[in-house]
Amino acid sequence: MSCCAPGAEMALEVANAASASPSSDEIKLASRALGGDIHQTELSVPTVHCGACIQAIEAALGKVDNVEAARVNLSTKRVSIRWNGDSVPPFFAVLSRLGYQAHLFDPEIHEKDKTLSELIRAVAVAGFAAGNIMLLSVSVWSGAVGPTRDLFHWLSALIAIPALAFAGGIYFRSAANALRHGRMNMDVPIAVGVSLAYAMSLYETINHGEHAYFDASVSLLFFLLIGRTLDHVMRERARTAVNGLSRLAARGSVVLRDDGTREYVPVVELMPGMRLLIAAGERIPVDGDITSGNSDLDCSIVSGESAPKAVSAGTHVQAGILNLTGPLTVRATAAAKDSFLAEMVRLMEAAEGGRSHYRRIADRVSALYAPVVHLAAVVTFLGWMVASGDWHRALTVAIAVLIITCPCALGLAVPIVQVVAARRLFEAGVMVKDGSAMERLAAIDTAVFDKTGTLTLGQPRLVNASAIDPTMLVMAADMAAHSRHPFSKAITAYAGFADEPKLDSVREEPGFGIEAVVGDDIWRLGRRGWAGWKARTGGEGKIGGYGGTVLSKNGSIVACFAFEDAPRSDARAAIRQLKDAGVSVDMLSGDTEKACSEIADTLEIESFVPALLPSGKVEWIESLTRAGHKVLMVGDGLNDTPALRAAHVSIAPASAADIGRKAADFVFLRESLLAIPLAMEISRKAGRLIRQNIAIAIVYNAFAVPIAILGHVTPLIAAIAMSASSLIVIANAMRLQATVKVTSEAAPTRRRSDVVGVAHP
Amino acid sequence: MTTLVYLIPVALFLGALGLSGFLWALRSGQYEDLDGAAERILIEPDDRPGEALQSR
Repeated sequence: MSCCAPGAEMALEVANAASASPSSDEIKLASRALGGDIHQTELSVPTVHCGACIQAIEAALGKVDNVEAARVNLSTKRVSIRWNGDSVPPFFAVLSRLGYQAHLFDPEIHEKDKTLSELIRAVAVAGFAAGNIMLLSVSVWSGAVGPTRDLFHWLSALIAIPALAFAGGIYFRSAANALRHGRMNMDVPIAVGVSLAYAMSLYETINHGEHAYFDASVSLLFFLLIGRTLDHVMRERARTAVNGLSRLAARGSVVLRDDGTREYVPVVELMPGMRLLIAAGERIPVDGDITSGNSDLDCSIVSGESAPKAVSAGTHVQAGILNLTGPLTVRATAAAKDSFLAEMVRLMEAAEGGRSHYRRIADRVSALYAPVVHLAAVVTFLGWMVASGDWHRALTVAIAVLIITCPCALGLAVPIVQVVAARRLFEAGVMVKDGSAMERLAAIDTAVFDKTGTLTLGQPRLVNASAIDPTMLVMAADMAAHSRHPFSKAITAYAGFADEPKLDSVREEPGFGIEAVVGDDIWRLGRRGWAGWKARTGGEGKIGGYGGTVLSKNGSIVACFAFEDAPRSDARAAIRQLKDAGVSVDMLSGDTEKACSEIADTLEIESFVPALLPSGKVEWIESLTRAGHKVLMVGDGLNDTPALRAAHVSIAPASAADIGRKAADFVFLRESLLAIPLAMEISRKAGRLIRQNIAIAIVYNAFAVPIAILGHVTPLIAAIAMSASSLIVIANAMRLQATVKVTSEAAPTRRRSDVVGVAHP
Repeated sequence: MTTLVYLIPVALFLGALGLSGFLWALRSGQYEDLDGAAERILIEPDDRPGEALQSR
């Protein structure tokens, strides 16, 4: 499609925001061959939300030629399409006619989640075993004696084996892994407790003993696995949502061979010296020099500059830049692995370190908890040996101590709170990709923002609309509707919808502007020097921040347009809330000092640093970290990615570059920046609840351990005590849902007044 | 005691049946789109032949 006449797909383009729909070569590259000539393509369609959507999409796609089957997955918001033949059916045209924006989904991300199915299977097996063993145990507790009791114990021992193998394996592996690296985590005491309980119970059973703890060891695993599975499901949902966002990096490019043939080549196979054809709306795949063509480039994601740059032959371009208006021929100067993007990845890897030292609360607690508990068990054993001299009795009591202190509640205390918190954030459009991220976010004292694309939308907005003659504005808007230059899109918003189109012919001059013919008059919308060819130039740069865009009629200027990069809605309110919460706010940008100070003034940010290189941002954050600050980085561009990784915790908007979204701990999908104070508030609340839960679990142990040490614990008491403590911890975690709901009901009034404050400062 | 000889196997068998049913459902992909499954009951199927292929 990339070689089609630009006019042909214009109608579609206007609806389709910044980037063109992928070419059929690109679709083919991203699809999976299923054998024969059948291919499967995965599309992410974020706006699917109900049964009617499913039906509309499946019916429409099913009618397209060569489409064998289309199936919508509402949970992951994806459509998988099986099609045959050589030419790719027009999925994107069909979907956009229905009003759904779609983007290609990479086959490499789409692999089955093995951990999840392993966890669910383990929960099922553990649940089955726990239920049946509990039935047998209840009959033992209610008075089964002699051979009947032995029979029940033997049956329990048998049922417990698959549960330990399947469900326990997860904990044994994790504990072994931690011990091998000389660390301690919550899984170590769990693994020790469960396996000792099973071993002792087996010994008791063989010797016709009275007390067996099969039920304790299996139901413990069952409870813990539920917590772990919920945690995993929540994070996976967030990750799926983030993966479903449209991909911003180029997958490949059309290469013009020396013999004149064109071929679509994947990014990794692009070599220096190749001539690449970059259509308007495509991203530049590798670094290169422009050999022919004029266009405007959007560098915001690469360098943080918000103003589009007009370029012509000879200019050097970096990978990741979006080509806006005209087709370009670029001679590649570097392979993908040496391009700007790869350099960012290297910087990012070098910057890693800050957070790899972070140890999760649960691990820190268990590093203290496990030795104390194991020591208590040993001391109990020795004490009973000295007191009674009966080693069997001493061992039984010591193991009972281990079982009663086995951190069931502790193991649930952290994940349950985080599941509830992550779910709250998910509903607010904030994706949490990592459980420890919330713990880290709760601790921050400095927030560092990128400017373009983060504090601002990265899209210019017309600021002097009220000063422009309305008829001229409508004229300009009608013309601007034919271009995808960001300035044009800003003007298009002012189009008078009642007016029928009256332009006779429209032509876009890439790098300069748009020319329209109406009757005998020639109208031009674009750079001052080009559009107002009769007027004396020299006033460039006077009005507005972007050099002056004008509308001219037969060469005389009739209107001037000034643009400004619009701050995100609620940016000011969000920053004020962060400051109220005791966080100092900085702004780091790759943009010019002038652009930065304007935004900093509107948003009331006192400290900002302009014109920073990517490595400069990392250094800034590292120096803050060395000064003892815990830094939150919020950024979206490729140039922010190393900084996102260097910071203690990081947040990226959904519009961020692909690797930025991967590097960030949180991704917020909605436009409002209020997501950031919200995420921090919930993280802090969750942190408090986690501490409470850990305290509850420890208090419970303080009561239970003396009873166990004195030898009064029976399997019945152990079962009741453990379940009770788990339930208390879960109930406490649920309070997060309740408290946050109360505050969110109170929030709108406050928020609305903030919005008014932003609109009329 | 004699009742146990058949009651316990019966109980275990029923439990195992439930477990295997769940594992089968998991493996056959019935948990892959829970939201979609909830909505799909509202969609009236077309009874044209060949449609079965389209909807699966």
